Amino acid sequence: MKTQNKTIEKVTSQDYQYGFVTDIEQDTIPPGLNEDVIRLISNKKNEPDWLTSWRLKAYNNWLKMNEPNWAKVDYPKIDYQSISYYSAPKDKSDGPKSLDEVDPELVKTYEKLGIPLEEQKMLAGVAVDAVFDSVSVATTFKEDLGKAGVIFSSFSEAVQDHPDLVKKYLGSVVPYTDNYFAALNSAVFSDGSFVYIPKGVRCPMELSTYFRINAMNTGQFERTLIIADEGSHVSYLEGCTAPMRDENQLHAAVVELVAHKDAEIKYSTVQNWYPGHPETGKGGVYNFVTKRGICEGSNSKISWTQVETGSAITWKYPSCILKGDDSVGEFYSVAVANNFQQADTGTKMIHTGKNTRSTIISKGISAGKGQNTYRGQVKIMKNAEHARNYSQCDSILIGDQCSAHTFPYIDVRNPSAQMEHEASTSNIGEDQLFYCNQRGISTEDAVSLIVNGFCKEVFRELPMEFAVEAQKLMEVTLEGSVG
Amino acid sequence: MLEIKDLHVKVEDKDILKGINLTVHPGELHAIMGRNGSGKSTLANVIAGQESYEITSGDILYNGTSIISESPEERALAGIFMSFQYPVIIPGVNNTYFLKAALNAIRKHQGKMELDAVEFLKLIRKKLAAVEMDEKYLHRAVNDGFSGGEKKKNEILQMLTLEPALAILDETDSGLDIDALKIVATGVNNYRRDDRAIVIITHYQRILKYMEADYVHVLINGKIAKSGGENLAEQLEEKGYSWLDN
Repeated sequence: MKTQNKTIEKVTSQDYQYGFVTDIEQDTIPPGLNEDVIRLISNKKNEPDWLTSWRLKAYNNWLKMNEPNWAKVDYPKIDYQSISYYSAPKDKSDGPKSLDEVDPELVKTYEKLGIPLEEQKMLAGVAVDAVFDSVSVATTFKEDLGKAGVIFSSFSEAVQDHPDLVKKYLGSVVPYTDNYFAALNSAVFSDGSFVYIPKGVRCPMELSTYFRINAMNTGQFERTLIIADEGSHVSYLEGCTAPMRDENQLHAAVVELVAHKDAEIKYSTVQNWYPGHPETGKGGVYNFVTKRGICEGSNSKISWTQVETGSAITWKYPSCILKGDDSVGEFYSVAVANNFQQADTGTKMIHTGKNTRSTIISKGISAGKGQNTYRGQVKIMKNAEHARNYSQCDSILIGDQCSAHTFPYIDVRNPSAQMEHEASTSNIGEDQLFYCNQRGISTEDAVSLIVNGFCKEVFRELPMEFAVEAQKLMEVTLEGSVG
Repeated sequence: MLEIKDLHVKVEDKDILKGINLTVHPGELHAIMGRNGSGKSTLANVIAGQESYEITSGDILYNGTSIISESPEERALAGIFMSFQYPVIIPGVNNTYFLKAALNAIRKHQGKMELDAVEFLKLIRKKLAAVEMDEKYLHRAVNDGFSGGEKKKNEILQMLTLEPALAILDETDSGLDIDALKIVATGVNNYRRDDRAIVIITHYQRILKYMEADYVHVLINGKIAKSGGENLAEQLEEKGYSWLDN
């Protein structure tokens, strides 16, 4: 056990590798939240009246709600009045027309993060809608996508250019009454991405957005809406890192997906926000996210894949409402809780249509003093004839100071349903490490070998470039965890 | 190649090895025999660098240099291999991937080019044939769901692939049926070379029927009670270990 403790100590001493703060002038609203702040945000974004009043309704609803406390996470009370709800990089004109016009400091930041905003990466076929703090500053490949009829823009732009679509779908999957953080987001959301894939179109490239929190004291409230019309197909990639900083940062995003008949949406996330100081747990990001998709039409499919390695607290349950007959929902997740991280994550699969199928593969990794919880719900409604679910929840422990918990909720109201649930817990034992060492494999390589083996089923669901990134991220996150 | 000098080893305050002296030259095959609890496995693990054992005095020299402060991985890279009495299961990690990672770590250490997947597969197929293992084992997780015999054959496969200079086989013969025993023994015999040494740790004399030991040592209560040639193993078979008890 001695060796293992040493190991853990070493994991704990692992520094966050992406910590730096970029010096850019910010246009920031002073901290605090009230109706005037919401009107100001809406006004700054030149929003139509219906949206302003939607935000206000959300705000007034939020005031009546209580912060949820059922998750297995522990954090000091958030003072919502000390948060600044809007921050945008200052632009002198109407915004940059090309990358050359973008603040060089900003471009440097992206380069440090390896964000593919440059030529080579574009050639690799990645369209990037980069979110720097709250406002999108550069959108690439828009033209190519435009030719295919695909709309991929910042949320604010979509409000201006496609108000009908936004009005029709905003809040249709996650209404502002849904939960505390979704209500807050609906009131103050700053920006995000909007995607519309027309009928029968297969999106010609992976759509990728990089989120990044940078301004001090600014919560990040992203809003993403993806609509796949009949018979269309889209793969969306989301990834993020954050600079090192001292106080907690609240992130309450909302993602809504709508898949019509025969459409397919694949949504992949690699999340690596600052997890907090490795020795004290201080300063990490609070990631309270509501992600939900609806398989509206028959034979549609929504697939969530997530690799969650960052944040001090993760509260996230990407879910699927399987409304269309024969629709399919999938959830593949790797969640890491290292040092003082707390993760309470999982999914909800709500079967309402006939012959609907869902698959849940969850892999939890706990190290240091990390606390990892899988929480999932599978609900088969009365009319969901012959619905099927397969769930598999595996946990791996590194060291003896971390913990793993599994809370599967199953609610079946139709006797023809078929449910399967498997769960396992194992740990990276000293014997496994010695065995690898004895074959010449270093302890760090051994940990990454074992962890990657454990995560294989999820990683293979990621698009190629993301899979490589995810493996690297896993190595960095657990570096020095043993020996 | 291997020189053990007056080695004393403790585990959790209990003295296990009480003054072991052993010299192994290149080309030699030594057998170390003894009852359960005599310290055989401790000796193997201490040579490999298992950290839960505490060396209280004495030294282990490998090619003339003390290795007792080196990590298990450094020793492995230097050419010391231990076939585990209880091979460890690593779920989810593909056997091929594991072996390739190990081989490439060693090759890198030796300043050789790392093998790519195609080259490795070519090499491993040959080695598989030597231990009569089916290719399907390559695609399974390391030792996961392997029978006792399969695990031991897998250890020998690893030895043949990694080509260590010094191989310590800790009870590789236990739990093997006669066919598997023959395969393992053949594998080991074919592995012998003038520049390689092998130390076999075993309860029973039966594996020595299939290979020629240059020396046989009997370990009793943490000490080598008697050393001799192959006939010592036969005498033990006949008279039992109590013959050597004081």
